[in-house]
Amino acid sequence: MNQQGASQGPVLDVRNLTTRVATAEGAKTIIDDISFQLRLGETLCVAGESGSGKSVTSLSIMGLLPSSAKVTSGEIRLDGRDLLKLSDRQMQEVRGGDVAMIFQEPMTSLNPVMTVGAQLTEAITAHHDLRGAAARAKALEALDAVRMSESKRRLLQYPHELSGGMRQRVMIAMALSGNPKVLIADEPTTALDVTIQAQILALMNDLKKDFGTAVMLITHDMGVVAEMADRVVVMNGGRIVESQAVRDLFATPKEAYTQELLAAVPQLGSTRGQKPEVKSDVPGQPAIVEIRDLTVRFDIHGGLLQRPVKRVHAVEKVSLDLFPGETLALVGESGCGKSTIGKSLANLIPWSGSIRIAGQEIAGLSSDRMQAVRRNIQLVFQDPYAALNPRMTVGELVGEPLVIHRLAQGSELTDRVAELFRRVGLDPVMMDRHPHEFSGGQRQRICIARALSLGPKVIVADESVSALDVSVQAQVLDLLGELQAELGLSYLFISHDMAVVEQISHRVAVMFLGQIVETGPRDQVFENPLHPYTRRLMDAVPIADPKRLRRDRVLPTGEIPSPIQALDYVPVIEPLIDFGSAHYATARHEVSG
Amino acid sequence: MTILGKLIRRKLSLFGLLVICGTVLAALLAPWITPYAPDYQPFEGLTIEGAPLPPNAQFWLGTDLLGRDLFSRLVYGAQTSLVIGVVANGVSVIIGSLVGIVAGFLRGAIGAILMRFTDLMMAFPALLLAIVLSAIFKPSLWIVALVIAMVNWVQVARIMYSETVSLSERDFVEAERSIGASRTRILLRHIAPHLLSSIIVFGTLGISTTVLLEATLSYLGVGVQPPTPSWGNIVFENQTWFATAPWLVFFPGMAILTLALAFNLVGDALREILDPTMKGRH
Repeated sequence: MNQQGASQGPVLDVRNLTTRVATAEGAKTIIDDISFQLRLGETLCVAGESGSGKSVTSLSIMGLLPSSAKVTSGEIRLDGRDLLKLSDRQMQEVRGGDVAMIFQEPMTSLNPVMTVGAQLTEAITAHHDLRGAAARAKALEALDAVRMSESKRRLLQYPHELSGGMRQRVMIAMALSGNPKVLIADEPTTALDVTIQAQILALMNDLKKDFGTAVMLITHDMGVVAEMADRVVVMNGGRIVESQAVRDLFATPKEAYTQELLAAVPQLGSTRGQKPEVKSDVPGQPAIVEIRDLTVRFDIHGGLLQRPVKRVHAVEKVSLDLFPGETLALVGESGCGKSTIGKSLANLIPWSGSIRIAGQEIAGLSSDRMQAVRRNIQLVFQDPYAALNPRMTVGELVGEPLVIHRLAQGSELTDRVAELFRRVGLDPVMMDRHPHEFSGGQRQRICIARALSLGPKVIVADESVSALDVSVQAQVLDLLGELQAELGLSYLFISHDMAVVEQISHRVAVMFLGQIVETGPRDQVFENPLHPYTRRLMDAVPIADPKRLRRDRVLPTGEIPSPIQALDYVPVIEPLIDFGSAHYATARHEVSG
Repeated sequence: MTILGKLIRRKLSLFGLLVICGTVLAALLAPWITPYAPDYQPFEGLTIEGAPLPPNAQFWLGTDLLGRDLFSRLVYGAQTSLVIGVVANGVSVIIGSLVGIVAGFLRGAIGAILMRFTDLMMAFPALLLAIVLSAIFKPSLWIVALVIAMVNWVQVARIMYSETVSLSERDFVEAERSIGASRTRILLRHIAPHLLSSIIVFGTLGISTTVLLEATLSYLGVGVQPPTPSWGNIVFENQTWFATAPWLVFFPGMAILTLALAFNLVGDALREILDPTMKGRH
């Protein structure tokens, strides 16, 4: 089927597509005269940053544009048939039939009150002449095709009973159930953990070979592009910047935009052979943050009387030190407890153990005395859209810590806020605007300015760059680096992204199921990972280099285990073993799901 | 620009403001602008057969079953209906918001007690409660307003509770806690402003429901006592004559509809004007 497809013309042929959207200021062009082709058995990656029009392109093809947007000119030919000329009825048959789509968020794309089996069967009966038992058999077959474990049982489960990766498998099974010629996947792995992402990407590659489907993969991640694409279309501002075969694009990008985009991508292994150096005035200073035996558990309440029924073992006996002027990265996948540690440091959640910040024990501190500690430690959150009160001006927001701590008022306050704005690279003129008037990167700068306002010694950055586009991400990382050099800040950098961590950190601690499984200097951990989980994390990172033989590594299998346990569960604490040069790891148990 | 200025600049909210001001003026100036007293039964108000008169030159909106001038009764009725609509609804929104916000912000035992009490009130048939309360106190305009407020705050409290709970979980509230903001500051500066739009919606939408609830109570004999007119009791008194004397239902019905619409239009505009996140999107 593969060879047959290659010899034919394109299955999907988009010519001079232009989509415009009605706004208060009149019609605005969001896709400007783009053309590309997709052949059977081929993967075309549409790459671009947010606002580049890549998602609108897919919605235009599917005929799923919101009512305010409209395709104004061009052709979308599927096997020679212009989709734009079809009636709504005919288009319904094309959707899920010849063209199927997978979305980013598998939880919201599945109906939460229908079982997986019912949803799959529905998709199958819509496009096949199958009923009853035959349709159910086909549904089971579809789940097996996406390598779902225990597929029979899954049919009877509801979406919330499945993990994110399994849900995405169900979505793919549904999409493939209509035997589509074209599969459009819009950021299908962005919401997934990195090891799960690797599994889903491998699955999509296998399925493309098995079914001979043409895949249009929309992504912002150049690593994913390098892993998956045969050809790449780079979009920016609604236009196609460049269109090339994947190897050529990475080897010789023609356009300046593509070059910048590729340069901004953090590469795993980029610091190979370099020793991390902490700029510190006085070497051998005591740790600014000392965490000893930190344990955080939450009870899950249920039943009629809201008694505790289960317990989340978020963090178990974690000990860490953060030294002045250094960046300690805390790495792990969702649910490993890394964010919980960050919140414990700011006393935002109840915890047990001991935390000392600048020598001050913060366990059981009254809120008055905690105020003084807060001046030393500040948080920068993941989502700069959610972390700023949308009803306040950004000037008020940045100045608020100073007001709360009674450090400045009146014109002095305005001056200090203006100074903070300049420090993070923003124009103080913008102080009177509201957060929604800023881009994601600017908002994150505002959050950083806010965190800096109290002159802290430690900043906890919780996934602070993961919601940003790569080019913006690079700028914010640079800013963090500059601030560290200037002010001698210490960062606790919480992240799931190994490539970013390698770029910014001096030391790394890898977390798994609430415990630290490996910790050491960056070069040690990255060049000589001791724990299998660390290796697994690094293997799963998509590498932005198509020349590297794909699949020359062992793919991670299985799910991430859950930290939720029965009430009487007693966790086994794995002691860290010293492997020399400040490199520690737990005994090397195989980690499996 | 002031909020009033912005309200006047929008066509719809200007219309709403004019209707509200007109109704308030009419209610205040009722003795001077009505041709008859509301309970006056002129001899010529009924036909020889004793049927009410349709609108004519003498009785602009016609007469009711007792031969009273409908226009005069509507204008006087505006007094009652405004008091019921604004006071009763206002009080119920205030009580409901306070209970909901306090319960949603404090949660824990206090929150649980408040919300279980709200559930209890919700489970109690509202009408029955209103009848009991009206029977205990001698029905008067203010008592009726109070009774309606006692019954109506429950829904407001429920919604406010869930909105406060979801706001408290938002990232920016956690961010506030991390910079050391006090609970009062978080509640007043960061949570309350977000609830404003819901409060405005309830404050305006509730007006028509309360006006109609008053009518129901009047119908059951525990509301505003006849012959005092209110828009609701005019509709209810005359609803059986809908086929033969439609004006008796049509005009008071229109009055309720227009006033409710006016409040909603103003409320809607107010909500948008007070929301800074809508800036630049209009």
